[in-house]
Amino acid sequence: MPSVTDAVKMALKGNLRDFSLTQLLNLIHLAKKSGTLFLEDSKSKAWLAFREGKLAYAKYGDEDNSLAAILYNARKLNANQFRAIQERGNSMNDKELGLLLVNAGYVSQQEVLASLQDYLMTIVQRLYSWMEGVFYFDSDRLPPSDKINLRLNLENLIIEGARRLKEVEQLQDEIPSLDIALKFRDRPDANVRDLRLSKEEWRVVSFINPKNSLKQIAQALKMNDIEIRRVAYGLVQAGVVEMVRPEKTLPRPITPGIPNTTPQEQASLVRRIIQRIRSL
Amino acid sequence: MQTVKMVVTGPFNAGKTAFIRTVSEIDVVSTERKITKESEKVKATTTVAMDFGRITIDEDLVLYLFGTPGQRRFDFMWEILSEGMLGFIVMVDSCRPETFREARSILETFRAYAPTPYIVAANKQDLKDAWDLEDMRIALRLDSTVKILPCVATDKESVKTILLELLYQILQEMEDGAT
Repeated sequence: MPSVTDAVKMALKGNLRDFSLTQLLNLIHLAKKSGTLFLEDSKSKAWLAFREGKLAYAKYGDEDNSLAAILYNARKLNANQFRAIQERGNSMNDKELGLLLVNAGYVSQQEVLASLQDYLMTIVQRLYSWMEGVFYFDSDRLPPSDKINLRLNLENLIIEGARRLKEVEQLQDEIPSLDIALKFRDRPDANVRDLRLSKEEWRVVSFINPKNSLKQIAQALKMNDIEIRRVAYGLVQAGVVEMVRPEKTLPRPITPGIPNTTPQEQASLVRRIIQRIRSL
Repeated sequence: MQTVKMVVTGPFNAGKTAFIRTVSEIDVVSTERKITKESEKVKATTTVAMDFGRITIDEDLVLYLFGTPGQRRFDFMWEILSEGMLGFIVMVDSCRPETFREARSILETFRAYAPTPYIVAANKQDLKDAWDLEDMRIALRLDSTVKILPCVATDKESVKTILLELLYQILQEMEDGAT
């Protein structure tokens, strides 16, 4: 049998039907992964490339994702400028073209970055409509070096994905009980102020405290079960908060299943079991 | 004769029965039935009540391993089985991300029954489609303090490692509680 520690590279693959894009982005974000996520459904393919948990590059099917095409579609270049760039063929890559356009004053650096960011976000939003499709994450395939790589935080994309989650059943699976509470994750890189939340979501955030159960927050904000679940799910998936038991309902101290014994006898008994298991 | 028990739980087809069979000194008393539901035909049979394995520790002490039925429709058995357990193991199939949500839910259910120590065993880590442990930790939303260990339920050494890790944790919590 091959040792599990021998495995050089583990798989990260499955079907979006079973593990959604929101969950995948959550995983990539929290694990700060670098690599490329390949997605394929019956009609199309897409690639999302990440560096340290941030979205750097994306491509959807055979669509032209050159910088010139993105700027043209964003109306930052006119048809003549776009045609002129195309006629030059592949003489320069996107990074070189971007530099040329900025230096020549056709576009500003901010416009280039904003257009690329919008393009990446549009691709992710389109992928949210995929209910099925196989995925595979290749950590050896880094974002292409000849393209302009962004460092797009995933939190807002994840929250957007959670907002689109229509299936009540899945929300109930994800947040089975409203008796749990939320608490902010202890992550130095997380910045709540950068989140693009709706008014309703901000109101939930203002109530986040290990003492407040989701049920209490929902009652205070007059939200129904589905609404509070959806907001909580988005915040959890974005890695901003984590679910905890409300402080007043913390479980009682350990009561091992060894009746009528002192703590010393219990420990001795466990040590006997350990000895026996070792000898098996 | 004193008896103690540990519970092996987890989603359908996670490898609970195999885990218990690998270390039990008796033929596992298994209540398996043929699967009739089309959607669950990943394997031929499933546990409908419980699996039951045994390890004699010494002349005065016996450890029982109880495997819970993996399908949610038999969850009425879970609470009964968890009564008085020393700790529990949550088996998860590392190659089937579609079961991770269910595993999370089972874990939460058992934690609510009894706040006893537990460990997550990422089974089938010898297969090429197995997910990385740290990816599974995030997908299962496990706190960094929760142990998730690689496992191959058919391999005795691997099963022993899981049991021992759980026992060390039980001992540690007992000692922490005593001080």
